[in-house]
Amino acid sequence: MPISKVGSFSISYLQILDENGNVDTKLEPDLSPDDLIKLYRVMFFAREADQRMVKLQRQGRIGTMGPSTGQEAAHCAPIFASTEKDWMVGSFREAGARLMKGEPLAQALVYYNGFEEGNRRPDQQRLLPISIIVSTQMLHAVGIAYAMKYRGEKDSAVIVFFGDGATSQGDFHEALNFAGVWKVPVVFVCQNNQWAISMPRSKQTNSKTLAQKAIAYDIPGIQVDGNDALAMYKATKDALDRAKAGEGPTLIEAVTYRLMMHTTADDPTKYRARDEEEQWWAKDPLVRFKKYIEKKNIWNDEKQKALEEEIKKQIDDAVKELESRTEFKPDISFDYVFGTRHQEIEEQRQEFLDNLRKEAADA
Amino acid sequence: MPKLTMVQAINLALTQEMEKDDSVIVLGEDVGRDEGVFRVTAGLLEKYGEARVIDTPLAESAIIGTAIGMALAGLKPVGEMQFDGFSYIMMHQLEGHASRYRARSMGDWHVPLVMRLPYGAGVRALEHHSESREAMYATVPGVKVVIPSTPRNARALLVAAIRDPDPVVFLEPKRSYRAFKEEVPEAEEVMEIGKAQVVQEGEDLTVIFWGAMMRITLEAVEEAQKKRGVKIEVIDLLTIAPMDGITIAESVKKTGRCVIVQEAPRSMSVSSEIVARINDKALMYLEAPVKRVTHYDVVTPYFGREMKYIPSVGRIRRSIEETLDF
Repeated sequence: MPISKVGSFSISYLQILDENGNVDTKLEPDLSPDDLIKLYRVMFFAREADQRMVKLQRQGRIGTMGPSTGQEAAHCAPIFASTEKDWMVGSFREAGARLMKGEPLAQALVYYNGFEEGNRRPDQQRLLPISIIVSTQMLHAVGIAYAMKYRGEKDSAVIVFFGDGATSQGDFHEALNFAGVWKVPVVFVCQNNQWAISMPRSKQTNSKTLAQKAIAYDIPGIQVDGNDALAMYKATKDALDRAKAGEGPTLIEAVTYRLMMHTTADDPTKYRARDEEEQWWAKDPLVRFKKYIEKKNIWNDEKQKALEEEIKKQIDDAVKELESRTEFKPDISFDYVFGTRHQEIEEQRQEFLDNLRKEAADA
Repeated sequence: MPKLTMVQAINLALTQEMEKDDSVIVLGEDVGRDEGVFRVTAGLLEKYGEARVIDTPLAESAIIGTAIGMALAGLKPVGEMQFDGFSYIMMHQLEGHASRYRARSMGDWHVPLVMRLPYGAGVRALEHHSESREAMYATVPGVKVVIPSTPRNARALLVAAIRDPDPVVFLEPKRSYRAFKEEVPEAEEVMEIGKAQVVQEGEDLTVIFWGAMMRITLEAVEEAQKKRGVKIEVIDLLTIAPMDGITIAESVKKTGRCVIVQEAPRSMSVSSEIVARINDKALMYLEAPVKRVTHYDVVTPYFGREMKYIPSVGRIRRSIEETLDF
C-alpha cells in the first residue's frame, strides 16, 4: 500500500497598508472618511492615554499597568469591525479596544488605581473585565459563543484577545479545540507582540507562525500585519462574517510589537536590545495610518493639532475625575462574596468594621 | 412517594430543572450518549437534545472554563467532572474566575454554575477515584461547596444549586449512589444552601458528619446510645462552604461534647474548621476535647487497604464513648 497524502496546508500573511502608508488598493476595505478618522482618533487616544498612564504610575498616582503602546491597530481595528452585539473578552493589553467598547478612561484609571469599581460594566456593553491569568479567558469566550449559538443570536459573535505567550498554555489548546468541535462564533485574536515578559517569541514555540496552530483544529488561521489597522480590520471582519454565518471560529495572529515594558514593574533593557525596539518604532501603526489618511486628503496638521488638544483635555478630565473620587466604602468586599447573605460573612464584616474603628481610635 | 437511589434522585433534579428552564445546560465527558459513567444523566440527551446535553471533548479545564462563559452569557450550566481525581485542574478556573467575577465586577457579572463531581472511597476503584478533597474547594471565597448524604437531600440541594446565583461545587458521595433508596417526592423540593440539618436531637453529645459518612455514623450513634443509655444529637453538615457555624455552636453549647466524622485526611480539613468554629463560639461550654474521626494524613491507599483508613462504625463508636467518658 503506497503512502498517500491526507492533507496539505498553508498559511497566508495579510498586509494592506505598509510602513510608509502605501495601500494595496485591491485589498483596501471600503471604509468612509468618517470611519477612517474615527479609527485613527481612537488609536491616537489609546496611545496618548497609555503614555499618560505610564507617567501617572511613575508619579505614584496609579498602580502597576501594562502598556499597549504599539499594539493599537492590533486591538482597535478588530473592535472597529464588530458591532455592539458582539462580545469582547480581553486579556490586559487592549486599552484602545476597551475604550471602543464603551469603557470610559476614568474607569480604567480607577481599575489601575486599585479599585474594582473600574471593572463595572459600561452600559450593559458586552465587555468582560480585564482577565490577567494568561489564556484562561479564551475558554470563557468559547462558552459565551456557545450561548450565542444556543440562543440563536445570529448577529452576535465573540472576539477574544490573548498574547503569544498564551499559545503555550493548555487553555489555548482546549479553547481552540472546543470552538472547532462546537463550531461556535468566536474570533481568536492573538496579539503576537514578540515578547512574553523576557521570553522572545522564538523560544515560546518551535512553530514558524502562531497562525498555523489553527490547522491542528481545522479552523481558518491567518497571519496579519498587526501594525496595519486596515489588514486587522479586514481579517476580523471576514472572520466575524464567517462566524455569524455559522461557519465557526477563526484564529488571527496579529504580528505586532510590545514597544514598551511588560508592565511598569518590568525593565526590558535587561533582556532585549534597544535597536530591536527602534526597528519596530519605525513600523508604528499610528504613523503609517496617519500618512494614509493624509494621502487621502482627509487629515492634515491642523486637524492633528486640534485632536491632540482635545485628547489632552479628555485625559486631563479623566485624571481629575479619578483624583476627585471620594466614595470609599471599606467593607464593600463583603457585599460581593456571594449573591446570597450568610451569617459568617456578616459576622466577619462587623469584626472588620470594629477593627477599623479601633485602629482609628489608636491613631 | 417513589423510592429512589441517589443516582435516580439527582437525575430527577436535573430532569425537572431542565424541563422548567431552557437555560439549564448539562456538559461533561460521556454525559450524553453514555448517560454518564454512573448513569446520573440518563435520559437527558434523548429528552433535551445535543444542544443541551453536551458530550464534551476530554478536557476538564474547558468544561468549567466554557461553563463560566455560558453562565456569564445567561445560561445555567451544570458541568460534570467524571471523578474527583480529575477535577483538580478545574481549580485554576474556579479560583481564578468563577469565584471572583461577582467581586471583580462589583456584582455586574456573576457566574451561576454547578460543577458536579462524584467523590470518596468505598467502591473498589482505581487510583484517583477515591479521594475526599472538599476542603480544597472550600478554601476559595466565593465558592459554595455542597455534599448531600441521601437521595432526598441530594435532589433538593441540587435544585437549589442550579438556581443559586453563585458557583457551586456539588460533591456526590459515590459510595452512596446506589447503596440505599429513600422516598423522594415527585413534587418540587428545595433545601437551603448554607444550612446544616439536625437529623436527630439529643442532649449528651453532638456528632457531625457529611456525605458518605452518613450511614456508618448513624449506625455507630445507635450502638453507642444503646450501650451507654445516652441521647446523641446528630448534625448533617450538607453545606461545607459557607459553613453553618450557628447550628454547630448551638448544638455543642447544649451537649458540651462533640465528635466529628470525616472521610478526608485530618490536617487542614473541614473538621479542623469545625473545631475552630467551636473554639470561637462554644469553647466554654465544652466538657471534653472535640474528637475527630478521620482518614489519616496519607496518600489514599489503593482499594485493597482503603477501608482500613476511612472511619468505621467501631472507630466512631469508640470515639463517642471516649468523649463521653472524658
